[in-house]
Amino acid sequence: MAIVELAIKSFRNRKFTTGLTVLSIALSVMLLLGIEIIRQGAETSFTNTLSGTDLIVGARSSPVQLLLYSVFHIGNPTNNMQWHSYEEIATHPQVKWTIPVSLSDSHKGYRVIGTTEQFYEHFRFADSKALQLEAGNWFSGTFDAVVGAEVAQALGYQSGEKIILAHGAGDESFITHSDKPFKIVGILKRTGTPVDRAVYVGLQSIDVMHDEFNGAAHNHDPLMAHDQHNTEKSNRKSSLSAILVGLQSRGAAIGMQREINEYKTEALTAIMPGVVLLELWSMMNVVERILVIVSGLVVAVGLFSMLIILMTSLNERRREMAILRSVGARPVHIFTLIMGEAVFLTLLAMVLGVAMVYGLLFLVQPWLESLFGLYVVIGWPNATELMFLMIIALCGFVVGLIPGIRIYRYSLADGMTIRV
Amino acid sequence: MSKPKPVIEISDLQFAWKKQAQLVLDINSLQVNEGERVFLRGPSGSGKSTLLSLLAAVTAPRSGDLKVLGQDLKKLGHAKRDQFRADHIGFIFQMFNLIPYLSVVENVTLPCRFSRKRKHKVLAQADSLEHEAIRLLDHLDMAHDDVLHKPVNELSVGQQQRVAAARALMGAPELVIADEPTSSLDADRRTAFIDLLFRECDSANSTLIFVSHDNSLEAPFERTIEFNQLNNSVADKRPKLRAVS
Repeated sequence: MAIVELAIKSFRNRKFTTGLTVLSIALSVMLLLGIEIIRQGAETSFTNTLSGTDLIVGARSSPVQLLLYSVFHIGNPTNNMQWHSYEEIATHPQVKWTIPVSLSDSHKGYRVIGTTEQFYEHFRFADSKALQLEAGNWFSGTFDAVVGAEVAQALGYQSGEKIILAHGAGDESFITHSDKPFKIVGILKRTGTPVDRAVYVGLQSIDVMHDEFNGAAHNHDPLMAHDQHNTEKSNRKSSLSAILVGLQSRGAAIGMQREINEYKTEALTAIMPGVVLLELWSMMNVVERILVIVSGLVVAVGLFSMLIILMTSLNERRREMAILRSVGARPVHIFTLIMGEAVFLTLLAMVLGVAMVYGLLFLVQPWLESLFGLYVVIGWPNATELMFLMIIALCGFVVGLIPGIRIYRYSLADGMTIRV
Repeated sequence: MSKPKPVIEISDLQFAWKKQAQLVLDINSLQVNEGERVFLRGPSGSGKSTLLSLLAAVTAPRSGDLKVLGQDLKKLGHAKRDQFRADHIGFIFQMFNLIPYLSVVENVTLPCRFSRKRKHKVLAQADSLEHEAIRLLDHLDMAHDDVLHKPVNELSVGQQQRVAAARALMGAPELVIADEPTSSLDADRRTAFIDLLFRECDSANSTLIFVSHDNSLEAPFERTIEFNQLNNSVADKRPKLRAVS
């Protein structure tokens, strides 16, 4: 088609301004797609903080609060669970495995979590990845501790080192167990989840520390309590913050959830973590929407600059149009020429933008994962991204209409003579 | 001698730009036959370009008859008129004839992109459009390597006009209209250009309408038309003289 060839050739002697226009639109396309891809990665990473866990059970509280303290170690349970409730749930025929979790202390700002070897055995994240040890072993003794990757990295810990734990969350604490240090027996590999930021000890270790605290708070001088500290392993069954539950079959989750929520002996809340995670994520939706709107505006600015360039070049091109008319081009041909240029520029910019975003993502993907725990999937554009691209193409077409119609009218009025 | 074939036949033609009441053109009659070389003389602004627009089927008369190559142009719609122009007419402007982003050869072959007739005419005799373009350019002394591949913007005015002439002649259109094509050339080059034009029109058997206000160029033309005698439309209120054609 003669006109299409003309449209493509018309960029030959305007390479610089054309290139700039294409680049500006391409960058904005890259921004828009990049934000969408990263947003999806963030959502996936978030919802994959925990996988394979059918239920989380805790003393009665709001679902979001339970999720926050049991999975993200943010906040505290209003009440602790009773041990016998745990025993009943653990022995329920529908239940395959359980992980008891007790939240209390902190170590230099990182949460100390009491749990058992069941945590190491059953905990899964992302796409059913299991926990792995970078160094050492899972804890066994009362004063053994296993730290997450970020804790080890930030505080420079090695396996075998002795650390001091403090009671209550927070960096500074007025009570420390300075003469009963814990020994780091293992360091976990990075997971990109809150596990990295926690210190894991045995449930009984929490009990020992609680006993001490209770003793000190009730009667004794805090410093005197240390002397009376019993280093024997305590047999008292501890209070729990939460239980992670894996069921025999996924489908049993709803029934089990209701059963636990209606448990007569103790007021409990059971949640399905996937559901609550999505709920929590959607609260952060506002920020995402703002990001998308901003990048949409950037694309609009890019297209607008293309419009300006096309419009300002129109006057100079009236001569060119008169020449084309003289060899037999019709006003509709001239219209198509301008439209073709706008559409071609937009499509070229889109292709370039997509190539740029994928190129950039390939480069930064490993960094995103190791620095932010953000796993971004690089695959074919999904429905949302394709929709964005189609909207951009459509806008490019509409932008082309404006100078197209104008020059159609010019060529109709001018004919072969220019009255400038 | 065979009866001359009329290429242009005008009678009682009247034309005005849309909203004006004032007639720009008022021509009783005009006939140009095949193969004639016509020098159309008149001062600037007298309406010559408007007449050329009508002849080239860009605009249509308000009233009267206008036949080009036997075709009544008033009977054609917009699209057909454009196609008619593409098929049968070659046009040379006074200046800025060439499209800056096309090469010399691409500029010359332009008419064939809009007219299948002209394209077939060329391909009936030459291997390709490019070959024919280069042949024409060669006759106009523009086929040397150093000018053939130059970007159009770097050609001198004289060179550009010659390329324009090649384009107008591409595919041997029956009617060639040149609107003051030598005005932007040096005086000593003007006659040479006209000679080239004549030669090519001869070999293609095209009719040539050459518009100019420069009397010194008149000599080679076998026929001169005074535009002001042709066109009755004058601004003042003096009694109109009937044109003698």
